Amino acid sequence: MTEPTIYELSSPGRVGVRFPESDVPRYDPPADLLRSDLPFPELAEIDVIRHFTHLSAKNYSIDKGFYPLGSCTMKYNPKINEVTAGLPGFAFSHPLQPVETVQGNLYLMYQLQEFLKEISGFDAVSLQPAAGAQGEFTGVKIINAYHKSRGDEKRTRVIIPDSAHGTNPATTSMIGLEVVHLPSDKRGNVDLAALKEICDDTIAGLMLTNPNTLGLFDENVCEVIEIVHAAGGLVYGDGANLNALLGITRPGDLGFDVMHFNLHKTFSTPHGGGGPGSGPVAVTAALADFLPAPIVGIVEEASDDVPPLYGFLDPPQSIGRVKTFFGQFGMLVRAYTYIRMHGPDGLRKVSEYAVLNANYLLSKVKGKYTLPYDRICMHEFVVEGVWPDLPDVHALDIAKRLMDYDFHPPTNYFPLIVHEALMIEPTETENKQTLDAFADALLKIADEARNEPELLKNAPHNTPVSRLDEVKAAKELVLCCWLPEKE
Amino acid sequence: MNTPQGLKYASTDEWLKVEGNIATLGVTDYAQDQLSDIVFFEVTVEVGDEIKKGTIVATIESVKAAADVALPASGKVIEVNEALANSPELINSDPFGGAWMLKVELTDPSEVESLMDAAAYASYCETRGH
Repeated sequence: MTEPTIYELSSPGRVGVRFPESDVPRYDPPADLLRSDLPFPELAEIDVIRHFTHLSAKNYSIDKGFYPLGSCTMKYNPKINEVTAGLPGFAFSHPLQPVETVQGNLYLMYQLQEFLKEISGFDAVSLQPAAGAQGEFTGVKIINAYHKSRGDEKRTRVIIPDSAHGTNPATTSMIGLEVVHLPSDKRGNVDLAALKEICDDTIAGLMLTNPNTLGLFDENVCEVIEIVHAAGGLVYGDGANLNALLGITRPGDLGFDVMHFNLHKTFSTPHGGGGPGSGPVAVTAALADFLPAPIVGIVEEASDDVPPLYGFLDPPQSIGRVKTFFGQFGMLVRAYTYIRMHGPDGLRKVSEYAVLNANYLLSKVKGKYTLPYDRICMHEFVVEGVWPDLPDVHALDIAKRLMDYDFHPPTNYFPLIVHEALMIEPTETENKQTLDAFADALLKIADEARNEPELLKNAPHNTPVSRLDEVKAAKELVLCCWLPEKE
Repeated sequence: MNTPQGLKYASTDEWLKVEGNIATLGVTDYAQDQLSDIVFFEVTVEVGDEIKKGTIVATIESVKAAADVALPASGKVIEVNEALANSPELINSDPFGGAWMLKVELTDPSEVESLMDAAAYASYCETRGH
């Protein structure tokens, strides 16, 4: 059943709060600043509470069910993260406080920088970027600044494999550099011959998502990096898929020059509308001077009985700020908590189980769904959501039908190099029973597609609203239920 | 899938209709079918622009994906189908007719020779499956 909008629930004169008589003189704002056309809904408190409680109950979240949204790493967000982020010393500090009064906060940020360096194999970290895409922007801006600082002005092109994250080309364009597309080979790796052909002295760098969006670890990653380096370019690592690698391999050791982390993916801070995201950036020593300012450092060394004084340092050739203050501090507390709760061995287990869970699911469904690149996957995998003999059933129909089985659909129609892609990432936090139930649903849907295709074509059936008109939603951009009348 | 005779086809799924040294550009039936419902179309060049072969000249967005349209032969833009931006669904319903995107005066008409004919393009689409 659909919930009425709050405007439909409104009744003239109904109020939620009764104000006492004012004890200060009344002041009427100038008439030309007043407008009478804003239709504030009028409701009692109980109506408002019920309305939003109804809506929240219709919402689907990781706390409610399995969320295998490929590429997004929708792992469970441990509640202890909320406990630590809510501690008054963290929650009630102000970014403009003197550093001497927030040493605990700075110590946490410093330690998180150190943890991320250790995890990634890089030499320096900035916690400032506000999300993954901004981390990418920061990283490529650093690459650009590095070349310019050496007077190497002709490097204006960035190579992006077709298995990269969709934000990579956008990042490159935002910085004013030119995107060069690079195809994948038959095993889903970067096509080395094509890469060699493209690489010359106009290449600023390559943006590599590894594992890539097919959920595959590039088998030639070191060679890819060597080819780009030999041409004088730098290699950016899209860290969105780091959840497959923790404690197993380090991008810095593989030869990457810069990468970002998605704390809201790998490190269990909230993801999606709840966010906000957080996208720290790590670089090699050669690029450390270009990091966004400021970063947290020790400004006075410790002595025998006095701890060090933490403060802010400005890297000398910094690309500048990319975010007000110091990033999403509350998310830094949560990520720090997550790392401390797991410890080094626990983080390795996170990745081992993420990869195991993905391969377990893959092995259960691959008989009924086409696997375009038949390899052992990393933390996620991509199947085709279509069968050659059932041309009318599409990945979208499968995704919608999954909602009837109480599962969030996987990512669909991405990556673009897979026909009718369904991209499935279970994460390490799901147990065998959940994985089995999801695999059973996918297998059952494959049978339904053959025997009762209308169940898929008209899905979802058990949700508050049925199939949405995506064409209308994309073309008629009316986002509010009320529009001011045109004068 | 419809693949009209007499047109030239690019591996990136554009078609060119060549009349003398004038070429008309659009995207194929295969391309629109892959993209599904198209909701947005924009030409990113203007009349008078000299365009090099392979340059992106338009953008298509469907409910599934965004795609670039490249010009498969060099030329100077002489006309743009302004109406198509207001009715991008024509790319779905009439990819070889009403959904023409722009006309160019070819710089080097011989460039067109390397493009596929209808039969070659149809079998190329077959190799890509589905």
